[in-house]
Amino acid sequence: MRNLAIPVLSAAILALALPVQAADKLTIYTYDSFTAEWGPGPIVEKAFEAECGCEVDFVSVADGVALLNRLRLEGDRSPADIVLGLDNNLTWEAAQTGLFAPHGVSLDKVAIPGGWSDATFLPYDYGYFAVVYDADKVASPPASLKDLVEGDPSAKIAIQDPRTSTPGLGLLLWVKAVYGDKAADAWAGLKRRVLTVTPGWSEAYGLLTSGEAPMVLSYSTSPAYHRIAEKVDRYKAAEFSEGHYLQVEVAGVTRKGAGNPLSAKFMAFMVSPAFQDAVPETQWMFPAAPTSKPLDPVFGEMIRPEKPLEIPSEEVAKNRKAWIDEWLSVMSR
Amino acid sequence: MSGTDVRLEDVRFSYGGGAEMRFDLAVPASAIVALMGPSGSGKSTLLNLVAGFETPSSGSVAIGGADVSALPPAQRPVSMVFQENNLFGHLDVAANVGLGRSPSLRLTPQDREDVLAALARVGLAGKEKRLPRELSGGERQRVALARVLVRDRPVLLLDEPFASLGPALRADMLDLLRDLHDERRMTVLIATHQPEDARAIAQTIVFLEEGRVAVTGPTGLFFGPDRPEAFARYVGGKAAGMPG
Amino acid sequence: MPATRPLPGPLALAFVAVLVGGAFAGLLAEAASDPSGAAGAFDAYLGRIVRFTLWQAALSTLLSVAPAILVARALSRHPSFPGRSLILGLFAVPLGLPAIVAALGVLALWGRAGLFAPLMAWLSGGDWPGIYGLAGILVAHVFFNLPLAARLLLEALEAVPLDHWRLSAQLGMGARASFRLIEWPAMRAALPGVAALVFMLCVTSFTIVLMLGGGPAATTLEVAIYQALRFDFDPARAVALTLVQVALTVAAVAAMARLGASPTGEASLALAPRRYDRPSPAGTALDAVLIAAAVLFVAGPMAATVVAGLEADLGRLATEARVRDAAATSLLLAAAAATLSAALSLALVAMRRRLETARSSSRAGLLARLLEWAAGNGALFVLVVPPTVIGAGWFILLLPAGMVFAAAPVMVVAVNAVMAMPFAVRAIRPAHDAAAARHDRLAAQLGIAGWARLRLIDWPVLRRPLFTALAFAMALSLGDLGVIALFGSESVRTLPYLLMERMGSYRTQDAAGLALMLGALCLALMAAANRLGRERA
Repeated sequence: MRNLAIPVLSAAILALALPVQAADKLTIYTYDSFTAEWGPGPIVEKAFEAECGCEVDFVSVADGVALLNRLRLEGDRSPADIVLGLDNNLTWEAAQTGLFAPHGVSLDKVAIPGGWSDATFLPYDYGYFAVVYDADKVASPPASLKDLVEGDPSAKIAIQDPRTSTPGLGLLLWVKAVYGDKAADAWAGLKRRVLTVTPGWSEAYGLLTSGEAPMVLSYSTSPAYHRIAEKVDRYKAAEFSEGHYLQVEVAGVTRKGAGNPLSAKFMAFMVSPAFQDAVPETQWMFPAAPTSKPLDPVFGEMIRPEKPLEIPSEEVAKNRKAWIDEWLSVMSR
Repeated sequence: MSGTDVRLEDVRFSYGGGAEMRFDLAVPASAIVALMGPSGSGKSTLLNLVAGFETPSSGSVAIGGADVSALPPAQRPVSMVFQENNLFGHLDVAANVGLGRSPSLRLTPQDREDVLAALARVGLAGKEKRLPRELSGGERQRVALARVLVRDRPVLLLDEPFASLGPALRADMLDLLRDLHDERRMTVLIATHQPEDARAIAQTIVFLEEGRVAVTGPTGLFFGPDRPEAFARYVGGKAAGMPG
Repeated sequence: MPATRPLPGPLALAFVAVLVGGAFAGLLAEAASDPSGAAGAFDAYLGRIVRFTLWQAALSTLLSVAPAILVARALSRHPSFPGRSLILGLFAVPLGLPAIVAALGVLALWGRAGLFAPLMAWLSGGDWPGIYGLAGILVAHVFFNLPLAARLLLEALEAVPLDHWRLSAQLGMGARASFRLIEWPAMRAALPGVAALVFMLCVTSFTIVLMLGGGPAATTLEVAIYQALRFDFDPARAVALTLVQVALTVAAVAAMARLGASPTGEASLALAPRRYDRPSPAGTALDAVLIAAAVLFVAGPMAATVVAGLEADLGRLATEARVRDAAATSLLLAAAAATLSAALSLALVAMRRRLETARSSSRAGLLARLLEWAAGNGALFVLVVPPTVIGAGWFILLLPAGMVFAAAPVMVVAVNAVMAMPFAVRAIRPAHDAAAARHDRLAAQLGIAGWARLRLIDWPVLRRPLFTALAFAMALSLGDLGVIALFGSESVRTLPYLLMERMGSYRTQDAAGLALMLGALCLALMAAANRLGRERA
């Protein structure tokens, strides 16, 4: 066990050294895929560092939910100046922690379907949940959620578990937004078409690309990746007449971060073209503010739902458990 | 080296849950004593108590006048030879003997010479590099005796060391043991089932029964007309070497 | 007998206790503000998932271990045929594969659009819905655990003393008799331990159960714990559920132990066992079929992984700095975890043996008995404490010190080391105890202790099982995602982490390529362990 002493000690020394921060340093909490090499993180970091002459330190965790948990655990002790990667379903819960300060950025340039007026959380991209299908296998994709629920049970869809995944929760809310009190019945219908319920987005999407599932719950912009990066156009998103559930990804300044002048700078930078240009082809989402040049035409071919659906995040937070229980009882039958 | 006396005073011991054994015994320096008795009478236990493999619940074990009860086996002035498993199977003969000099096998040139000499003394010259599995049973016990020589302790305990050897081989081994005793004069305690072994080598026989010393006496007594009744019962049909 | 090395054992035990205890302490401290979740955990939902968890784990164990008995016997009866060591290496690969890779591999064969789908559709006379539900879970669990069980049982068979085989040949025992009198008793002694290990692995199954289970009716406690900790952020509930999981597993394993013999079997030191029986042609044919069936079953999903992996741009992947860094990080962490794991296991095995020996000659106190149990079995139940729980607890604990990220590599190594201990202990204990039975008195008599004993006596004998333990532990740590996902930071990116990251951003081909690399790495490790273990032995 003596061989452990050295790493532990050096870890302790490192930790002691950490809190000593340079004044011109910005600490941003985000999720893994944001800082991945093909994510927007590296581009954004470089651009902002050039602009501010400061140092940006990304700290990444698994996903938006993990981000919020992390913040709850750390509370006032959190070194984060900015938390980037929460979504519109989590904003109310995040605000309840009392750890966030107003972002203070003008919302003039921000264009989110259905509008955006939150003074605490500022959007950087958005997208819609959608059923993505393999056009080689599905000749007539569902044209509505009703079609999906009532359609041929032998045409299968892979979905995610709302207990463990953000898109899974997204579908749950989508069905709730459309069916309301009749959601349980809708799930009973949809259950016949569900091939399997995976713990996360990756597993379900893997089932689509491996040919196992002809349909999967994903994002309306998923096909853009295949078109642009792989030159493959067999994967398409089905447009539903009832509208699509909206996901807006946001960032917020912590109370501690409010004292760091770089925070305000970064938030303004986030809705400027320098940041927004990186969004479409790294996040595969729509930018939340203008970019310097038009998006790849492929994005123009993506479905643009007429009607964004959304349930206020306060309602989501308060009912999530009950709705998941409802889902469970139907799906476990 | 010369022997030292071994003394067990009111030594009590029991295996978890078993009946209590009680030993009182005094062995003079440089004597050869044979421990005899039925299976389970306590021969091995007595040797283990002297060697330090078992700890008495009360009483004292003294070697050369010093109480060794609290000492671990390696620190007692004792060498022990078991019936089997005397050698490490993966180490060659020389290394097995060398361990008697240094438990970490850090041997000086002098040590190595002593090892070779000891092996030559027990008749194994030229077999230093063999592995134990390449030796016969008798040769393996000779290696153990060679190790006793390099270890050079005043007391030698043997627990049925030759039980698995044939009669001729056993006689050879007893001769070797006697010669070594003549040279080194160590105190020898040997547990055996064979009356003829005891008769061939021991001056004194200690007869054990049910965890106690039943009779102690000169070897001649046990093989004479006045042999103790318990011993006669034990020996029974084993009349080999018995007069008349 | 006076203790020769009294310190490492208690230290190892303390290490495990601190790791788990610290995690619970952290979570409880956090839960103190709202302990209501703990009581809320006990509802009808819990009842349902407990039943399902135990049911699937019991079935998986039965279906993995029963065929493994036959496969191990077949492998033991033919100690040298071309490809045997490759098969043994192959059998260790599933351990190192992330569950998602294995699940996709299983589905490539048995899925709705799998290789066997046309056959299954023809057989069932309709559409083949794919192997979702309990059947899918079982197939995947057997894929993971049959090879593991077969390898461990084979170790038990190889510890049968040479004399027994000689005797069996000499007495002219037939295949039946030698199975009944020699092989079965040897395997039966190892069976409770092997079954317990497989059971524990299946109890904690998460991704497989959700992905192949077909719906939330197939939910394990592990899923509920993850949900409590990640989505609901309810530490009290997570602790309560973890305790339920541990208690249930202890009970199930205790019940299993009653079915079998004492797990300490008689073992010998015959390092290169030779068998003297010559299986009949029919017997040989049967063995060949058994081995081939097992290999096909295990190799099938792996072949699917290989095929998928070959479609990736392996050349580009191999030259990517990120991939290389991740591979190096993976190997480094896995090597450290495996070394620590083997050291901890050896210390515990030695301590248990010492306490057991001491017990036979004197009346052991309650404390000594407790320690013996803890060293023998207790520490192994760590396997059913989810890494997420350990990670989260320590996270909370380390937070005030501000050393969460600095501690990441230490935590990954420590948790993986402890998680691999059940494997390492199974590999080390039989040989260690047999060697101890033979060498303890002699070593004590000659005063060979401590380092000298390790170097001169124990190492040569334990070399082979230690390398097996190291390889198993390394494979297991290589495939780890649970710990790394929680503690992973910029500085600690492993191959499976990278794999998930690529999968999470549409790059499924890259992910398949990385899976192939992981599998190859595991195979290479097993080959290395085999070679290093054999040297000089």
